[in-house]
Amino acid sequence: MENVGSLAVLLAFCVAIYAVLASVVGRLNRKPFLIISGERAVYSVWVLMTLASGILVYGLITGDFRYSYVAQHSNRSMPLLYKFAAWWGGQEGSLLFWSWLLSTYSAVVVFTNRRKHRDMMPYVVGVLMVVQTFFLILNNFVVSPFQMLAVDKLITAVPDGNGLNPLLQYPAMAIHPPMLYLGYVGFAVPFAFAIASLITKQPGDAWIHTTRRWTLITWLFQSCGIMLGAAWAYHVLGWGGYWGWDPVENASLLPWLSGTAFLHSVMMQEKKGMMKVWNIVLVSATFFLCIFGTSLTRTGLVSSVHAFAQGPLGKYFVSFLAIGIAATTYLILDRLHYLRSEAELESVISRESSFLFNNLILLASCFAVLWGTLFPVISEAVSGEKISLDAVWFNKLMIPIGLFLLLLTGVGPLFAWRRTSAESLRRNFQIPGIAAVGLVAGLLVAGVRSFYALISFGFCLFVALTVLMEFYRGARAIGVKNQMNLLRATVELTHRNTRRYGGYLVHMGIVLMFIGFTGAAFNKSDVKEMNVGDTLDLGHYQLKVVDLKEGDNGNYQWHRATVQVARGGDVLGTLEPEKRFYKASRQGTSEVGVRPRLNEDLYLNFGGMSDDGVRAVIQAYIFPLVSWIWIGGLVLIGGTLVCLVPSKIKMQYARTEVVGITTKYAEVPK
Amino acid sequence: MKKYWKFAALIAIVIGALVWLASAGVNETKTYYKTIAEVGQMGDRAYQERLRVAGDVESGSIQHAQGRVEFTLVQDKLRLKVAYAGSEPLPDTFRDGAQALADGKMGRDGVFQASKIQAKCASKYEAKPGQLRKAPAPINKTT
Repeated sequence: MENVGSLAVLLAFCVAIYAVLASVVGRLNRKPFLIISGERAVYSVWVLMTLASGILVYGLITGDFRYSYVAQHSNRSMPLLYKFAAWWGGQEGSLLFWSWLLSTYSAVVVFTNRRKHRDMMPYVVGVLMVVQTFFLILNNFVVSPFQMLAVDKLITAVPDGNGLNPLLQYPAMAIHPPMLYLGYVGFAVPFAFAIASLITKQPGDAWIHTTRRWTLITWLFQSCGIMLGAAWAYHVLGWGGYWGWDPVENASLLPWLSGTAFLHSVMMQEKKGMMKVWNIVLVSATFFLCIFGTSLTRTGLVSSVHAFAQGPLGKYFVSFLAIGIAATTYLILDRLHYLRSEAELESVISRESSFLFNNLILLASCFAVLWGTLFPVISEAVSGEKISLDAVWFNKLMIPIGLFLLLLTGVGPLFAWRRTSAESLRRNFQIPGIAAVGLVAGLLVAGVRSFYALISFGFCLFVALTVLMEFYRGARAIGVKNQMNLLRATVELTHRNTRRYGGYLVHMGIVLMFIGFTGAAFNKSDVKEMNVGDTLDLGHYQLKVVDLKEGDNGNYQWHRATVQVARGGDVLGTLEPEKRFYKASRQGTSEVGVRPRLNEDLYLNFGGMSDDGVRAVIQAYIFPLVSWIWIGGLVLIGGTLVCLVPSKIKMQYARTEVVGITTKYAEVPK
Repeated sequence: MKKYWKFAALIAIVIGALVWLASAGVNETKTYYKTIAEVGQMGDRAYQERLRVAGDVESGSIQHAQGRVEFTLVQDKLRLKVAYAGSEPLPDTFRDGAQALADGKMGRDGVFQASKIQAKCASKYEAKPGQLRKAPAPINKTT
């Protein structure tokens, strides 16, 4: 079996190289049979990768502990779900998973475009398969998942494996990596189309129209992945945070930021024919940040609490990134004159300008996060001393950036194209502006003194009102015209232009998330060693330990405290924070007890047993508004899904095609 | 051309503000990664800067005493006494033999005052030796 697996990966490597050569040579020499054969090679790669992955997963599920990978990441007592999740739980497996996803995406791209974009497709296949080849090099020659355990060259099985890292034995975490990877890998597709359109000197936006959905879906996966990661950190790590500016977290955020910038700036190209170079740069940057993110997670370039793997991979990733970035830069510079802008900026207060600043801020934050993440590496190269920046630095920088972005979220979509009149500014922003100022004044009176919290709440209300007013105005107009009630009219309105109103929903999700983030300014916490009967007061809650238990279920040993929660004498219920100790991996985890409410979460963590082994260390936290982060995340996902629904009315963009450039430079091959 | 100056000015303001924030923040929050040997060579600076020191927790060195934990970090036979009095409990992975990162400042008494401890179980990602009399090692089966 293991031989079949290795052979499949090796064959996939050869076939991927063949696909690159066949497609490119076929395209250059106008040999349709070679192009077709290249596309079929893509399907073959998928079949081979699926076979190899299937063999590994079979080994994990049946517990074939002759495999080094299975012995390290699975064990007999793990639930089936986690045995399957072990596929991406370790380095070798997760890179195989990456490869498999890419081959799947490639096959889907080839299939859906089998009759479209004939001039571009060979290069799309070429680019995708080059990336595939790179990952197959890793799968084959660097971190093979099919290494066997042996004593004196005699293949041997160990009696039981180490088990999946217990921190990963949590439902959200089991699907967090695949979500993130779906997002990471997905950006290879828009990138491949962008490069293919550069190589074939396409003057238009064909690549953008084709990959719009891809980009959105990919972005959606990435957003889900990041949210799941945050939820996992909140519920599993036991320190109550959802984001710690850890290098690996940053790695997932970087392509999301540049991808978000890309989603916005393509609108400029679609509607105004501007920012063409910029879009190619952005999509390339996003793709390379995805690769960089994978390498950061997988190579331990920057030491991190998450550094789940360290190995010889670093130099492979660095070489691939260097070559890829150099080639892309060369190609963009060489094709600059095909990418001329068709319009100019006219006014600072215009939609164009708000897109420009949106991009500037997103990119600046992306760069800041990258800089902070790589600071230990940079400082070591410059001064010889490894200096790290912690969460305090990131917060200092990212809070103002985030607030500015939040403001842009509100004002940007309401600025008119080209220039905005004072009258429209007044109409759109008067009510939200006054309401926001009123809220801030009210909060000041109520005793809130945190500067950022005041600003944030003010902006949140401002943006939420602008968005709601947009919905209300549009819906009322439709409702009056077609005699619909307001709710039906809102659905109708959204359906008529899903992209616009879905986008507003996404913005609304962001606002809700910011409300949740801002709650962190009012966190409270306390720690106490408690025995049965002991009490602790935190905020307006009274906590009382009513039971302490311990036990063992084969997979892990556990200690559990049952804590009664009361407020003003009324018993609200009990929470059961638990500490687990996984035997196979000899590692502990926390199962926190959370009482989530819309206004605040009460969060209890079993910190451990006291030194005398009698009392439990209970950490209690109050996290105001934190639920809104998850609600906002769901709204964001919903909004993105709305964007993916085709609009009822096809929008015709009034836009001048620059015929001169098209006829002058485009050589459409016959 | 006037409108381009407006854009340029706005962009410059935004970027300038960010650079200012970033560079001001660096000096306040930077932490030096040092090995135990390097801490010894830093001289007086060791007492001023925030440091992050890595090493293995010496077996049997962890001592709990009223609200604080003391232990010894070892790296290449060099030892460093660490005291931790933070409010957060130590991570689950912190125990004898674990790899630990201590964040904090060097005290004049030669004891490192940590404000944060991170730990990683050393054996976590390696096949455990000693399960069989002779530990199986991975062999390359790719070819």
